[in-house]
Amino acid sequence: MASLRVLVGCKRVIDYAVKVRVRPDKLGVVTDGVKHSMNPFDEIAIEEAVRLKEKKIAKEIVAVSCGPAKCQETLRTALAMGADRAIHVEIAEKEYEGIGPLQVSKMLAKLAKDEDANLFIVGKQAIDDDCNQTGQMLASYLDWPQATFASEVVVEDGDLKVTREVDGGLETVKVKMPCVITADLRLNEPRYATLPNIMKAKKKPMLKKKPADLGVDMTPHVEVLKVDDPPTREAGVKVESAEELVSKLKDVGCI
Amino acid sequence: MPLDLGAKGSCHIGGNVSTNAGGIRLLRYGSLHGSVLGVEAVLADGTVIDCLSSLRKDNTGYDLKQLFIGSEGTLGMVTKVSILCPRRPKSVNVAFLGCSSFDDVLATFKDAKGMLEEVLSAYEFLDHECMKINVKYLNMTNPLSDYPFYVLVETSGSNAAHDEEKLNTFLETVMETGHVVDGTVATDISKIKNIWSLRESIAEALMHDGTVYKYDVTLPQDQFYEIVEDMRDRVGDAATRVVGYGHVGDGNLHLNITSPTHSPTLLASIEPFVYEWVAKHSGSISAEHGLGFKKKNYIQYSKSNSAIKLMQDMKKLMDPKGILNPYKTVPSR
Repeated sequence: MASLRVLVGCKRVIDYAVKVRVRPDKLGVVTDGVKHSMNPFDEIAIEEAVRLKEKKIAKEIVAVSCGPAKCQETLRTALAMGADRAIHVEIAEKEYEGIGPLQVSKMLAKLAKDEDANLFIVGKQAIDDDCNQTGQMLASYLDWPQATFASEVVVEDGDLKVTREVDGGLETVKVKMPCVITADLRLNEPRYATLPNIMKAKKKPMLKKKPADLGVDMTPHVEVLKVDDPPTREAGVKVESAEELVSKLKDVGCI
Repeated sequence: MPLDLGAKGSCHIGGNVSTNAGGIRLLRYGSLHGSVLGVEAVLADGTVIDCLSSLRKDNTGYDLKQLFIGSEGTLGMVTKVSILCPRRPKSVNVAFLGCSSFDDVLATFKDAKGMLEEVLSAYEFLDHECMKINVKYLNMTNPLSDYPFYVLVETSGSNAAHDEEKLNTFLETVMETGHVVDGTVATDISKIKNIWSLRESIAEALMHDGTVYKYDVTLPQDQFYEIVEDMRDRVGDAATRVVGYGHVGDGNLHLNITSPTHSPTLLASIEPFVYEWVAKHSGSISAEHGLGFKKKNYIQYSKSNSAIKLMQDMKKLMDPKGILNPYKTVPSR
C-alpha cells in the first residue's frame, strides 16, 4: 500500500522524572533550566507512525510541534526515530503560556489540511497539563472521525480497526480515514533513536511556520489564577487497639 | 557525593569509606583516598580519634585518616566523615554504544579520553551475555541490536551545549572509524536511568542463574578481556555462564561465573587459577571489593611478603586483642 501521509503531533514538556516546583509568583511551575523532553505519549505516537511506515502502510511521516524555539530539539528526536520531515510552528514563550489545546488543535487542523494528511496521531494527553483535549478538538475542527486511547491499531480493508482502552475494559472500533488517533500507554514501546539515525536526522528538512501563517487567533481563553503545591501529607496516628480505633473514628465523626 | 555505585540503595557511607568503595564515577572524581578530607574513628581501645578536618590541604604529620579508608574496619571504626563534594553537574548525557570486538572497546576509550576529556564522567562496558540475562531475567529492552560488547559513556558538565557538541564530535568519529558499530544517546533523565540500569542490574540478573562466583580484578588493558575468554575455555560446560563487565575505564573487571547450584569442583577449577592468572599479569585480585573473609588468604597474589608483614605489624599495634572485625582482610601471622 504505502500511501498514507501521517502527521504526528509532538509536545515538548518537562521530563517526567523531574521534581516539579511551583514558581514563586504562584502562576505556574519552574521551567528555566529544567530538563525537558518529548511528551511520552507523543513518543508512542511517533513510534506507531514509524511502524506503519515499516509495514509499508504509511508513505511519509511529518512530525509537528507548536511552541518556542526549543521545540526543535523535540522534532529532531522525532526525526531520529524515523519521521521524514518536521514542521515547527514557532510561538514566543510569553504567548505560548497563554494558549492551550483550543489554539493548538486549530493549528494542527490547518496543517492537516495543508499537508493533505490521511491520518493524524497525537498522544492522548500531555503530562504537563493533562488536558486530554487536543486530539478530540482536532478531529472536530477537521470533521474527521476519532479513535482515542488507542492500545492497538490495525489496518483492515482500507479502514482502521482500533482497540481503545476505556473504563470498562477494551472497546474495538472501526474508523474510516482520514481520522485522528490518540495514543495510549500500551500502544507500543518507543524505540531508542540509534546513532546513524540521529546523524541522518540532522539533515532532514524542518520547516518553520507562525500561527499567523495558519490563520489562528492566539487570544488566550483561559487564565491561570493560582498554582499551589498539594497539601503536605500529615503523619498518620497509630492506635494500640481496635477499641481505640473505634473511639478515634467516633471523635472525628466518621461513625 | 563524588561516589556512585550499584549498591546505592542499601549501602552506608561509613561502610563505603571503610571499604574504599570505587563505583562508576571513580574515573571522574577519583577514589575516596582523595575525596575524603577527614574521618573520626573509634580505635580498638575505645579512643575516639578526631581527624575530622575539612581542610583541603593539611600536611601536618602522618595522614592518619588513610589508615581507616579501605581497611575494612580492622584498624578502627569510622564514625564521622568529611568529604569533598564536587558541584552537581548541570548537564548529563549518556551514550550506549555497540562494539564488535574488545579492541574496539579500548580504542573507543582512547577516543573518549581524547575528545571528551574533562567532561567524561563514566566509561563502563558489558558483554553480550550480560545483555542476554538482562533481557531474559529482568525483562529489559536492548536499545540496540546484538553486539559482542556494549559501552556506556557518560559526560557531566556545566554547559549543555558545550558537552553535546563534544559528545557529537566523539560519536561521529567513533562511528566513522568503525570502532563503534551502533549506539544511542540519552539526554532525558528517564532514558538515562534506563540505560544505566542495563549496567547496574547485571549483578541482580546473574543471581537468577543460581550460584554466582564473583571476582573483581584489576588488569592491564591489553589482557583485560582475555581472562574472561580463558575462564570460559577452562570451565566449559560445568558453568552456565561466564561474563565480564565493569569499570573498564579504571582497568577494573567484574568477572562472574554462574552455575545452577554451588559446585565444589567448579570452584576448584576457578580458584586459585583466577588469582594466579591475575598475579601473572601483576594485577589486583580485588580491585574494589576488598578482601574480607573470602580473599584474605590470597593477598600474597597482589602484595609482597614485606608489605603483608608490615600490615600484620600495624594490625597488632592498633588492635592487639584482635577485636576489630576479626579474621578479616589481613591474614594473621
